[in-house]
Amino acid sequence: MTLRKNVMSLLEVKDLKVRVEEREILHGLSLTVNPGEVHAIMGPNGSGKSTLSHVIAGKPGYEVTDGQILFRGEDLLEMEPNERAAKGVFLAFQYPVEIPGVTTWNFLHAALNAQRKARGEDEISSPAFLKKVREVARSLNIPQDMLKRGVNVGFSGGEKKRNEILQMALFEPAVCILDEMDSGLDIDALRIAADGVNALRSPERAMVVITHYQRLLNYIVPDFVHVMSKGRVVKSGGKELALELEESGYAQFEDAA
Amino acid sequence: MPAVQETVERVRRIDVDQYRYGFETLIESDKAPKGLSEDTVRFISAKKNEPAWMLEWRLEAFRRWLTMTEPTWARVNYPKIDYQDIYYYAAPKPKKTLSSIDEIDPEILKTYEKLGIPLREVAILEGVEPPPGGEPSANRKIAVDAVFDSVSVATTFQKELKKAGVIFMPISEAIREHPELVQKYLGSVVPTSDNYFATLNSAVFSDGSFVYVPPGVRCPMELSTYFRINERNTGQFERTLIIADKGSYVSYLEGCTAPQRDENQLHAAVVELVALDDAEIKYSTVQNWYPGNSEGKGGIYNFVTKRGDCRGKNSKISWTQVETGSAITWKYPSCILRGDNSSGEFYSIAISNGYQQVDSGTKMIHLGKNTSSRIISKGIAAGKSQNTYRGLVSAHRKATGARNYTACDSLLIGDKCGAHTVPYVEAKNSSATFEHEATTSKISEDVLFYCIQRGLSQEEAVGLVVNGFVKDVLQQLPMEFAVEAQKLISISLEGSVG
Repeated sequence: MTLRKNVMSLLEVKDLKVRVEEREILHGLSLTVNPGEVHAIMGPNGSGKSTLSHVIAGKPGYEVTDGQILFRGEDLLEMEPNERAAKGVFLAFQYPVEIPGVTTWNFLHAALNAQRKARGEDEISSPAFLKKVREVARSLNIPQDMLKRGVNVGFSGGEKKRNEILQMALFEPAVCILDEMDSGLDIDALRIAADGVNALRSPERAMVVITHYQRLLNYIVPDFVHVMSKGRVVKSGGKELALELEESGYAQFEDAA
Repeated sequence: MPAVQETVERVRRIDVDQYRYGFETLIESDKAPKGLSEDTVRFISAKKNEPAWMLEWRLEAFRRWLTMTEPTWARVNYPKIDYQDIYYYAAPKPKKTLSSIDEIDPEILKTYEKLGIPLREVAILEGVEPPPGGEPSANRKIAVDAVFDSVSVATTFQKELKKAGVIFMPISEAIREHPELVQKYLGSVVPTSDNYFATLNSAVFSDGSFVYVPPGVRCPMELSTYFRINERNTGQFERTLIIADKGSYVSYLEGCTAPQRDENQLHAAVVELVALDDAEIKYSTVQNWYPGNSEGKGGIYNFVTKRGDCRGKNSKISWTQVETGSAITWKYPSCILRGDNSSGEFYSIAISNGYQQVDSGTKMIHLGKNTSSRIISKGIAAGKSQNTYRGLVSAHRKATGARNYTACDSLLIGDKCGAHTVPYVEAKNSSATFEHEATTSKISEDVLFYCIQRGLSQEEAVGLVVNGFVKDVLQQLPMEFAVEAQKLISISLEGSVG
């Protein structure tokens, strides 16, 4: 792993301690992510993977007792979740919610304009937005019909994940956190979703891929793999670490934590 | 859809806990002595130069009212009303007899201007965009009857309507000018003995709108009445009567506001609709009476009886209401499906916040053969409010083939409010098909967080979710009202989360 000390990192998690109610879930976690990098975070259930993603995105209900999260050097924890979104933090949810009566295209338009406004940019008009979202959908092979339906209402597991990827493509975030993207997907749906993610890899954009299984990493090949156990990163390495895990399982790290 | 965007915009601009229509117009007014007696009834009748039969009708109602007691079955609580402590008639003092809109007291004109109600005969309502694919609104007209406290101060587009044969005028004028129509239909849907508040209204009603659409006529424009309570300690008792003769069609809109005051004010209106053979009436309400402050002080008691009679075969009556105001709402716009193949609809959005109490719903009474009805009710409760849907669907013995579909959805925002659904269903013949669906849901933290993670603020997120929830009903409103209603919904829910 190379450390570029003279360049400001995109996302820097420093010695993060997090409690939910009275229980500490993360006990001093550190992670540095630079532009263009894809990091995989692996670990057994309950190791704190999803907590990390929620805290980065600013979900209520978590208490940060110590440590820092810096985004381009700015204190992310001081920002409201919508400010973080406008700055370029995107969380692809493990379980995207349904919003009945609100069409996908409407939702995306409102969200994009909210982000643009927060950044001091002009709002995008309906016709211009429609053109843009159609182009993005086409580039990801997402049927136009999905845009007219209520947000995630009646979507299959695969469609929900593709909707997340569509949003990722549309908002062009600097860092994407993919929380258990593979959960609930069959192998074909997984491949389609992974293709979508790969299409969005770029030298400016970083990705943090959270997963329980190595399988996903066959499709989204990471630059770095971190193994979490009991609220800490217990081992970091290159993509080969994922394969190693696949063979030997998480048990060997239980003691390390 | 630009409307959603507009709502989001609006939410962004408006301060929390603000009722925009709470101002008072300072104007001299002519009032009846405080309190209620036969003399009050005579006073009102005399003020209106009513014929003897009308006074008799009122007095009969008043005598009946004395024998009645206030209903207590609704899920609402309020201190006892002192009916002797209310003014039953208040009218702006006219400087002279008016012959045109330009002679109306400028203070009143200003009031309506502030409220955004066009009393001048302008064709376009500001800020209204044409429906997608629809014609631009430049040619759309809305005729307005403006009721200020107890009297109608202006009715627009009368000449143009007259050309089409449509009568649209204050009911006080109709009593004098079209007594045959008024006598035939007044009280024929809501009899003077119907219920406590309707009976009170029959005795003391002061003004309201009268509409008659002759056979085969499609009313050339939307008709609307705008009710404004201004005077302190005054009850507003308006009476609306709409008759759609055979094969005619009319769409009618109603809006209401009142100044912001600490004491409660009573509003007890009666609306009667009559649809003859093959006629259709569409009645829409955006009710935004002052709801009281954030501690539950003040606000309007909205005790209203609205009923439509599908008297002829193949007739249709459709109620659409967006209720965001009033401290207490007690209101059940209903349809009597008397004519064979007639149909009734009720689309409702009832929003309560703060300490508001809403007990509202509908009755669909199936009397004729093959009658059908549809009820879509969306209740949204926030703050410490209580929101009840109360509905009755009944099919009488001879109402073979009656069909009803009911969907009642409630949405809770926060954990200190309540939503209640009280449906009554009675089928007296075996061929009736009644379907009832009900859901209660909460805006979940997960849904809000999802929206906020995508860049929306908390309030934008709530606005979006709520707009989605009420979409089915908003679509039923005429375009001009849909935009207005959407803004109102957002404003009513300001500060309800977090």
